[in-house]
Amino acid sequence: MESSLALLGLLCPQPSYGYDLKHAYDRFFATRRPLAFGQVYATLSRLIRDGFIVALGEEAGDGPDRKRYAVTDQGRDRIGQWIFTPDPPNDHLQSNLFAKTIIALLIEDDAERLLDLQRAEHMSRMREFTALKREADIAHVLIYDYAIFHIEADLRWIDLTSARLLELRKDVAQR
Amino acid sequence: MTALLTRETAQSIPADGPILSARAVVKRFGQTEALRGVDLDIEPGEVLAVMGPSGSGKSTLLHCLAGVLAPDDGSVVFDGIEISRLNERQRSLLRLNRLGFVFQFGQLLPDLTAVDNISVPLLLSGVRRNEALKRADDWLERLGLGDAGQKLPAELSGGQAQRVAVARALVTNPTVLFADEPTGSLDSLAAEQVMNALLDQVKAAGTTVVIITHDPRTAAYADREVIVRDGRIPAGNGVRSA
Ligand SMILES: Nc1ncnc2c1ncn2[C@@H]1O[C@H](COP(=O)(O)OP(=O)(O)OP(=O)(O)O)[C@@H](O)[C@H]1O
Ligand SMILES: [Mg+2]
Repeated sequence: MESSLALLGLLCPQPSYGYDLKHAYDRFFATRRPLAFGQVYATLSRLIRDGFIVALGEEAGDGPDRKRYAVTDQGRDRIGQWIFTPDPPNDHLQSNLFAKTIIALLIEDDAERLLDLQRAEHMSRMREFTALKREADIAHVLIYDYAIFHIEADLRWIDLTSARLLELRKDVAQR
Repeated sequence: MTALLTRETAQSIPADGPILSARAVVKRFGQTEALRGVDLDIEPGEVLAVMGPSGSGKSTLLHCLAGVLAPDDGSVVFDGIEISRLNERQRSLLRLNRLGFVFQFGQLLPDLTAVDNISVPLLLSGVRRNEALKRADDWLERLGLGDAGQKLPAELSGGQAQRVAVARALVTNPTVLFADEPTGSLDSLAAEQVMNALLDQVKAAGTTVVIITHDPRTAAYADREVIVRDGRIPAGNGVRSA
């Protein structure tokens, strides 16, 4: 996710103080650790420079968290363009796990075992996210759903590959 | 012996070591060796996911653990009771009083309302009808089914029907709940609702759960998983090595 676009998007409903913006960001998007103030202000000055936002009514002598920021028409256009441009589907055509499996077969090592170890690792992460999700608010439930479905994709590949190992082993041996 | 088969005495037995333990369990169907020496320990209050390819022996294992099938070899010990030594009547008493079951579908009695379905196991174990209905109503609430009590199974969504099945399995406060693909025919959201409801209840009651599933997302609700492959559980997976 591009945090600068997410911050810009959070300014679209109404102008906001840097401090409030950071907390809105954390509420929706932060997972492991909150966004650092420093990063918020660095991003905001870049957005000003690019003409996507402006700082409103600066009170003299106050720090950056006493400034309010508002989105410009250009900033709004940028957000519209961002949210309605589909992301390219991730190819995932080169996976480390695939390479490990082939090499394990080539050196006649235990490919089944490496798949089992990876499965256990993935299941353990999925359990962790599932437990967090059970305690989470709806926005974070969506974040964990996303992560969980992607881990699941790997797990399905691992199961299928494990079922295909016999065939794969023959094929690798013939080359 | 018979006393151990009833729920009343269950709570007084110290929960020390596994609640359910399989050793070298073998089960054959004619020429097919469905289980080829399974070792498995399940701790009290543990939620265990059983995974593995189709035909690997998961359901057969569950049936042996639950005293539905008698193993051809090996032993299954539940709460100090060697299940294979029980006769059919004793095993059915055990299932009624100490165990609960949820399957993929088709387990509710079609002519009974949801609340009546939930009350069936209570009526079978001798609870009076009014009391049984009261407890069944309480379980409807707990599983978020408050307004579905008077519906017939055909009038429930798949997810609601599974939650009714979970309620029916838990209403007798079993020591172990067995579930074979409980979310197998549900979409992601309905599966999540069933698993959340199930987990809330079993964690509060300390119920041990054995849940067979192909679905990693369902398995991720468990405390750990074992993989059954060709009728075996790989060493170190089912039993903690000494
Ligand atoms: N009642 C039965 N009679 C004959 N063979 C059986 C019977 N039950 C199971 N089997 C055989 O035993 C093996 C294990 O079956 P089981 O149903 O335990 O697998 P499973 O892991 O539950 O599969 P699935 O994921 O498809 O439900 C299979 O080869 C199956 O054909
Ligand atoms: Mg099965």
